[in-house]
Amino acid sequence: MDFLNALVAFTNFVIVPASAYGAQLAIGALGVTLIYGILRFSNFAHGETMAFGTMVVLLVTGLFQQWGISLGPLPTALLALPFGIAAAAALVLFTDKTVYKFYRRVKAAPVMLVIVSMGVMFMMNGILRMIIGTDDRRFADGERFIIRARDFKEWTGLSEGLAIRTTQVLTIVVALITVALLFWFLNKTRTGKSMRAYSDNEDLALLSGINPERVVMITWLVVAALATVAGTLYGLDKSFKPFVYMQLLLPIFASAIVGGLGSPLGAIAGGFVIAFSEITLTYAFKKVVTYLGPDGWSPDGLVQLLSTDYKFAVSFAILIIVLLFKPTGLFKGKSV
Amino acid sequence: MMQSRTPIYFALMGVLILGVGIFESWNNALFVLNFGLISAIMALGVNLQWGYAGLFNVGVVGFVALGGLSVVLTSMAPVSPAWEAGGPRALLALLVAVGVIVAAIMAWKKMAKGKVRGLTVGAILIVGFFIFRALFDPAVAAIEAVNSAQEGYLGGLGLPVLLAWPVGGLFAAGAAWLIGKTALGLRSDYLAIATLGIGEIIIAVLKNEDWLTRGVKNVNGLPRPVPYEVDLQQSETFLNLMASIGADPVTGSSIFVKLCYAALFLAVIIGLVTLMQLALNSPWGRMMRAIRDNETACEAMGKDVTARHLQIFVLGAAICGIAGAMMTTLDGQLTPASYQPLRFTFLVWVMVIVGGSGNNWGAVLGGMFIWFLWVEVEPISIFLVEIVTSGLAEDSALRDGILDRVVYMRHLTMGLILLLVLRFSPRGLLPEK
Repeated sequence: MDFLNALVAFTNFVIVPASAYGAQLAIGALGVTLIYGILRFSNFAHGETMAFGTMVVLLVTGLFQQWGISLGPLPTALLALPFGIAAAAALVLFTDKTVYKFYRRVKAAPVMLVIVSMGVMFMMNGILRMIIGTDDRRFADGERFIIRARDFKEWTGLSEGLAIRTTQVLTIVVALITVALLFWFLNKTRTGKSMRAYSDNEDLALLSGINPERVVMITWLVVAALATVAGTLYGLDKSFKPFVYMQLLLPIFASAIVGGLGSPLGAIAGGFVIAFSEITLTYAFKKVVTYLGPDGWSPDGLVQLLSTDYKFAVSFAILIIVLLFKPTGLFKGKSV
Repeated sequence: MMQSRTPIYFALMGVLILGVGIFESWNNALFVLNFGLISAIMALGVNLQWGYAGLFNVGVVGFVALGGLSVVLTSMAPVSPAWEAGGPRALLALLVAVGVIVAAIMAWKKMAKGKVRGLTVGAILIVGFFIFRALFDPAVAAIEAVNSAQEGYLGGLGLPVLLAWPVGGLFAAGAAWLIGKTALGLRSDYLAIATLGIGEIIIAVLKNEDWLTRGVKNVNGLPRPVPYEVDLQQSETFLNLMASIGADPVTGSSIFVKLCYAALFLAVIIGLVTLMQLALNSPWGRMMRAIRDNETACEAMGKDVTARHLQIFVLGAAICGIAGAMMTTLDGQLTPASYQPLRFTFLVWVMVIVGGSGNNWGAVLGGMFIWFLWVEVEPISIFLVEIVTSGLAEDSALRDGILDRVVYMRHLTMGLILLLVLRFSPRGLLPEK
């Protein structure tokens, strides 16, 4: 019984939240990795792109709520998602036209593009703050829980409850659909194949008549969709605050690099590696240890390896370890 | 290298600051000047790394924050009850931590490759971590329990505050050495991500290790290298001086204090620029630029590129640390929550790029000019909005809405300036040659 209780506590506080967070990071990292693969630079404005898409989703959700449109038990934000994606797509395509295109034409060094993306980050940041400010906002509605802790206890007779929030399941489901679509697109469609060809060998792809500008445009569209989905899922699961999205840049980059920059499969693996390590290392294991230990005994401290404030240190440490021992990442990525 | 337009640009910069003095107040003008000088030093540090060596450091905020920490650790009086409660124990725990890491690295280097090595190193680290926590946690709890409303931390060494400036440089240099040792051999954009991470971690430590920095409770009342306004207002000589030039003693004292700071900062900046110009024109500087422009060729010439990169990375970080210590001294308090990457990393990058990377005068000019804009964009935009909306009623929702949002104009402006400079004048206001 105690073992089951320990297992439930671990699932409730580590496995479920880490799976949701991992899925969010994975979709975020897919965006970074695609840009790296096709446009060959690390996009520092990715956090802002995520925040921008999410902001539009949030605003449209508000409108729908006013009009009384809802999805019943599911969050209204799902209905607003296409609008967010469209807005983010318009924004990144506009940025590409006005900013990035020039540097592609002059064949600027990748590091130049990184600096350019810093400028884009600043501008998007200003636009975001002008439109929505810096407050913390919640926009999840509908049914809050799929399984409530109290119901779970009644069903199973265990003393430990398991709560699964709608947003957590939704995150996983949406992430699965997104990833399946993306892989289908990359592997089965002509456009997807031309993207991979361009990523693998630019010159050869150009020789075989692939239009680079079209590849780039489609990449931006896919990235905008991924960024908005990742941002919206994160916002639904936690809350929307522009500053937090900028801070997500580090775990997202860590996921992409740990998996191998340029490798979509790696980005997904990296996302889950980072999320599970972050949450496991910062979780206070007191409850679990109490259940597993002898009867009537409980540890003095929280049995927490690291304070939650250091979760960035975890992604960073994993990043460094992977870089030192396997510089191209878990799944062979690119090295330009 | 001094170009003919350098003095003109600096004169224009002076005019801008004078403009602040005339249109707003002299206090504001000196505020812009002082922080501009500090920003210029940060820009010099990044310019050393990027302009001379092509190293992409986006962890500036961390090095600046370490400089801030040095001011507390050097100049605040020690809190003896806290030291008695847990000081030696905390230090011992930190020594144990260092020992464990050194032991793990030694084991990794000395032992033969294989599973045994991995397991031994893992065991050393895990056991070491638990010993460290067992020593460290009670010590921290004891320290933080001492008069936690006002103290609850170890304090510093009580040394003169000016000493904190070089110490800040040393702190930052130490951190940079550690990060450079691990990440510099790797690809360039990995260094960027690694520095981004170290920046975040340093800020997290400052915010959460209350026994060291009081965390978000801030350390107030840091000692000053210049007189206090209150003392000036009571000093006979100063009052006479103010009376003789017919100035208000209260405003006068605050301006006098700011002028003292400006003099100190100017001395530092002149020293640094002189050193950097000498370095730039020495064989060492030529080697650095050669490495930046063609690493492979320099390696073929027998230059140890990684070692030179490490050297310049550490030096650049040290300059950022000095700037951080100067800024905290000027503020008179350490507020860990105020260290934001946007303000201290990315803004400094804008300064370097706009000023002209590879040119020290450019970095100084960029630092001062971008800081001027960062401060003045808001009042200028408010002024413009008020003119444009002057036809609207005082309580018009549109006008209020615009005025609320004007605060964020600075981010937009900075991004726009960076993009415009990169696009149309990528070598900056004062190009390298």
